[in-house]
Amino acid sequence: MTATDTHRAIDAVWRIESAKLIAGLARMVRDVGLAEDLAQDALVAALERWPESGIPDKPGAWLMATAKHRAIDRLRRNKLLERKHEELGYEIDTQQESAVADLEATLDDPIGDDLLRLVFIACHPILSTEARVALTLRLLGGLTTEEIARAFLVPEATVAQRIVRAKRTLTEAHIPFEVPRGPELAARLSSVLEVIYLIFNEGYSATAGDDWVRPALCEDALRQGRILAELAPREPEVHALVALMEIQASRFGARTGPSGEPILLLDQNRARWDQLLIRRGLAALARAEKLGGAMGPYAYQAAIAACHARARTAAETDWERIAALYAALARLTPSPIVELNRAVALGMAFGPAAGLEIVDQLTAEPSLKEYHLLPSVRGDLLAKLGRYDEARVENERAASLTRNARERELLLERAAACARDSRDQASNENPRLFSSGSNTSSPNT
Amino acid sequence: MKFMVIVKANKDSEAGVMPSQELLTAMGNFNEELVKAGVMLAGEGLQPSSKGARVKFSGDKRTVVDGPFAETKELVAGFWLWQVRSKEEAIEWVKRCPNPMEGESEIEIRQIFEAEDFGAEFTPELREQEERLRAQMAAKQ
Repeated sequence: MTATDTHRAIDAVWRIESAKLIAGLARMVRDVGLAEDLAQDALVAALERWPESGIPDKPGAWLMATAKHRAIDRLRRNKLLERKHEELGYEIDTQQESAVADLEATLDDPIGDDLLRLVFIACHPILSTEARVALTLRLLGGLTTEEIARAFLVPEATVAQRIVRAKRTLTEAHIPFEVPRGPELAARLSSVLEVIYLIFNEGYSATAGDDWVRPALCEDALRQGRILAELAPREPEVHALVALMEIQASRFGARTGPSGEPILLLDQNRARWDQLLIRRGLAALARAEKLGGAMGPYAYQAAIAACHARARTAAETDWERIAALYAALARLTPSPIVELNRAVALGMAFGPAAGLEIVDQLTAEPSLKEYHLLPSVRGDLLAKLGRYDEARVENERAASLTRNARERELLLERAAACARDSRDQASNENPRLFSSGSNTSSPNT
Repeated sequence: MKFMVIVKANKDSEAGVMPSQELLTAMGNFNEELVKAGVMLAGEGLQPSSKGARVKFSGDKRTVVDGPFAETKELVAGFWLWQVRSKEEAIEWVKRCPNPMEGESEIEIRQIFEAEDFGAEFTPELREQEERLRAQMAAKQ
């Protein structure tokens, strides 16, 4: 094995072991920041020694033993030992002799609980959203600062600082290393789910390109979701979020055309959807529903995604059900974006006039003023109703609002088509009601 | 990235000898670990090749050959689909797998193609052709 090979292998070991390592250490030293530093020290030791000695048979146990020794050294050096003696020193001293055997037990047994505690602390509401995201990827995903920076297109120093600050905030606020109980649990869990979905969306919204990091971010988020579903198997919304991500990820191969242009949901080649991920998504949704969680916000979104996944062709989509699910979602988490999606579904299920009624109400919504999909959807519905002049104006407006060049092109093409249709209409007085153009305005891609 | 991790056959697996209780338990634990780590997407064990068949192609001709097949060590006895961050990670996981057979055995790690992997070689025409093929496969399901 060359040195580079060994380094790559160490990276892989780190990715598998780091979260467990940090979680186990955090339980012992009761400080996530310190636990992470100790784990990093162990990694540095591995990078120094393993290229010569080879990778040990139980790399996780080796890293844990090394980190524990570092913990003792550090605590002695910092004279923290006296203060921490009762909670930590005794445990370590008595364990030192049969260190490895005990460590394996430590790593194997209550690690699930420790990991769950780590998940909750990394997503603690005391931290900013950016800090939660960075800390989650770093502590739980085993990503380096550089990898996180590349994924989020920010300078490495920014991420490094976010992580340092976040760790300090947690230490200073004496955030306990525990799984929240009772009424606090729901709010804290929703913060965790939000962070995971945010990471997923960061990767998902990036169009295909040369940068492999961003699609990998979706895989990282999915992985965290799957891990969380094992750690908290009785929480329906966790399964629902996993379902949503699995189904959305199943469309990866169909979401961009040969030259990287985005392809919207209804125009996608469904044969390219990953059936394995769809099956996994539907199974996760079924688990959420079985746990009584069919009416959570992620469950509704997953159910909508499942409607699309089950339709073999775009025409077979159950729009009535999708409209009803959006209505339920809007009652639970009211949002103009959800309403806009509901309008699209209503338009598909009951004709463009039904959709337009909702969209017209949304035009007064201040938060959608600059949102290009509002005029885009409205333009589409108007065109279907044969109101081509109004439709053209809306498409042009949408084109002026979008920041995506390809989308702008598409919208201007549609505006031009509206202008043509308007002229035809004037010449033969024969409006093409319910024209069957592709529904490129759907925001639910 | 996704990998197919292939467990190769041996004389026992080809003879239909079931694994010991101990091995089944160890393998069960390993699978659980994979699931808990969010790595395992799917996995199956395969029946001996005596229950399978091959279809040989020569130009337009097709010839069906029933199992069993001779080259035992090249046959597949089971497989997983894993999603991991690198080939090295897949290797690390395989190293943690209990020996899947009594005595000698082998596990092969192969990366699964994704459309991006074809890069510039994968022209729009080729893509279109692949999409047609996939559409046909889906239609036949």
